[in-house]
Amino acid sequence: MASKNVSGIARSFIAHLVLIILAFMCLFFFYILIINSTCSHADLQKGFSALPKDYFGKNFNAVANDGTFPMMKGIGNSIIVSSLCAAICTYFSALTAYGLYVYDFKLKKVAFTFIMIILVMPTQVTALGFLRLITNMGLYDTLIPLILPSIASPAVFYFMYSYLQSNLQLSLVEAARIDGCSEMRIFNKIIFPIMKPAVAVQAIFTFVGSWNNYFVPALVLQSKEKATVPILIATLRGADYMNFDMGKVYMMITVAIVPIIIAYLFLSKFIIAGVALGGVKE
Amino acid sequence: MKKAKSISRAKYGYLFILPFFVTYFIFSLIPLLDTIRYSFYEYYRSGLRIVGPSFVGFDNYINVMGKDFFTYMGNTFILWIIGFVPQIVIALLLASWFVDVRLKIRCEQFFKVVIYLPNLIMASAFAMLFFTLFSTSGPVNNILTGLGLVKGPIDFMGTPVGTRLLIALMNFLMWFGNTTIMLMAAIMGISPDIFEAASIDGCTPRQSFFHITLPLIRPILTYTLITSLIGGLQMFDVPQILTNGQGNPNRTSYTLIMWLNNLLRAPDYGRAGALSVYLFIVSGILCLVVYKMVNGQDNDAKAEKKAAKKRMKAAKGGKN
Repeated sequence: MASKNVSGIARSFIAHLVLIILAFMCLFFFYILIINSTCSHADLQKGFSALPKDYFGKNFNAVANDGTFPMMKGIGNSIIVSSLCAAICTYFSALTAYGLYVYDFKLKKVAFTFIMIILVMPTQVTALGFLRLITNMGLYDTLIPLILPSIASPAVFYFMYSYLQSNLQLSLVEAARIDGCSEMRIFNKIIFPIMKPAVAVQAIFTFVGSWNNYFVPALVLQSKEKATVPILIATLRGADYMNFDMGKVYMMITVAIVPIIIAYLFLSKFIIAGVALGGVKE
Repeated sequence: MKKAKSISRAKYGYLFILPFFVTYFIFSLIPLLDTIRYSFYEYYRSGLRIVGPSFVGFDNYINVMGKDFFTYMGNTFILWIIGFVPQIVIALLLASWFVDVRLKIRCEQFFKVVIYLPNLIMASAFAMLFFTLFSTSGPVNNILTGLGLVKGPIDFMGTPVGTRLLIALMNFLMWFGNTTIMLMAAIMGISPDIFEAASIDGCTPRQSFFHITLPLIRPILTYTLITSLIGGLQMFDVPQILTNGQGNPNRTSYTLIMWLNNLLRAPDYGRAGALSVYLFIVSGILCLVVYKMVNGQDNDAKAEKKAAKKRMKAAKGGKN
């Protein structure tokens, strides 16, 4: 019995140790990033210091007023694209899921099977045609091609559909119909509010996915005015950056990463529950 | 009367799914057909001159399937596998620890929050961060030399192994938290009775992991493997930013999508098209595997629901 206890303690110790090491690895790089964003170029040249300096404000101003890398404009563009993506993606995915779940029609099964087959199809394989289509439509170097296609998001649809399957009672729809509610109104006023938890989770994931997206914006955007944050980061990497003020470089990475980290800290419980929900594929 | 009404509702079904399908048709299907069409044409820019478009049959396919193709495919696969193996091993370990009540993990929520964090980080910014941190004059080298662990700065991105390991490390950090949480949900779906019974029978934690947990979560492990493989096939942001699109040193971390990106920018639409079609075929096969898995599980759920409904009906009938 005693030996069992000892081995239990040893196991628990190892488990905690591994967790601490992994947590350290996850946080360490962001720690250096934030420390370095508070340092001046001269401080950074001297080598790494573990404690923050007082250059944060100056670095921030330098980034905010830089014309070569319009970071603030980029953040603005990214917020526009990501918010609109999150809004239309969740609304239309919920609408599609509801349409396929509640109504009976001839092509229902075909439509559902089709969406399930394209569930994990990478967007890159159609990039060539997409680029040409966008150019022919006169949408090259606009934000629209980053937003509109998110109406058709198979994975979000599937999440919504599973949510309806386990949470919607059809009697509710019947009752609303008897009360004379129109079908569109039933969805907008009754079903969509019921789906709020699923919509919120998917809105977060869509927002983050769109915020971080690099491949498509790199393809369709050209002017600095339209650049989203990942494009600016790529430009920074491509520039002759060794001559730059390193404090400013770290600050640019900070403004690209930290807003999401802060939002995550507030929503973490919710997000992790959402990941677990999406993962239950048993 | 009743029938007429149900027919009239079918149109709402079509109406509600219309935006999805119209969008998919315009922004994915037409581009796909266009991509396939261009794969049969010679159409590229050489200097200021545009060559083509002229029909060349399968020339692009033969041309693309050269030595480069296999090198880049190998690179993509290596970068994926050296990130994926530690990811799945660590995720399994952590997931089984988190659900093990006997271990009494402290600050469980804190650890979960921290390990999931890198998944939300912009991959391009993360790669840029690694590039600055691991450069020869960067903080990591500063710390290592400061601690006296190395004599001179290590040129991490100067060797193929160093670059590949950095990319794998980033992919690992970005995905192990996500996988852990998904596997945890799957393990928690196993009835605790099974573990309890095994424990009473004198089963050690190791035995119950290998003989109960692993076999029972195999479906979700396969699902994780396939979706990760699809993700690996699309690997782009991290190597692109870390190596500035070069895949250096000596193209050892140059992935298939980086190649596609460069062909699209050249532009060399013919070869980009042929490469896209190859990628489409591979992803199509993987998509079908995922479809089979998800659909199989859906059918089970449906059958269960039907049985439950029948039971409900029987119970109701009994009452009336």
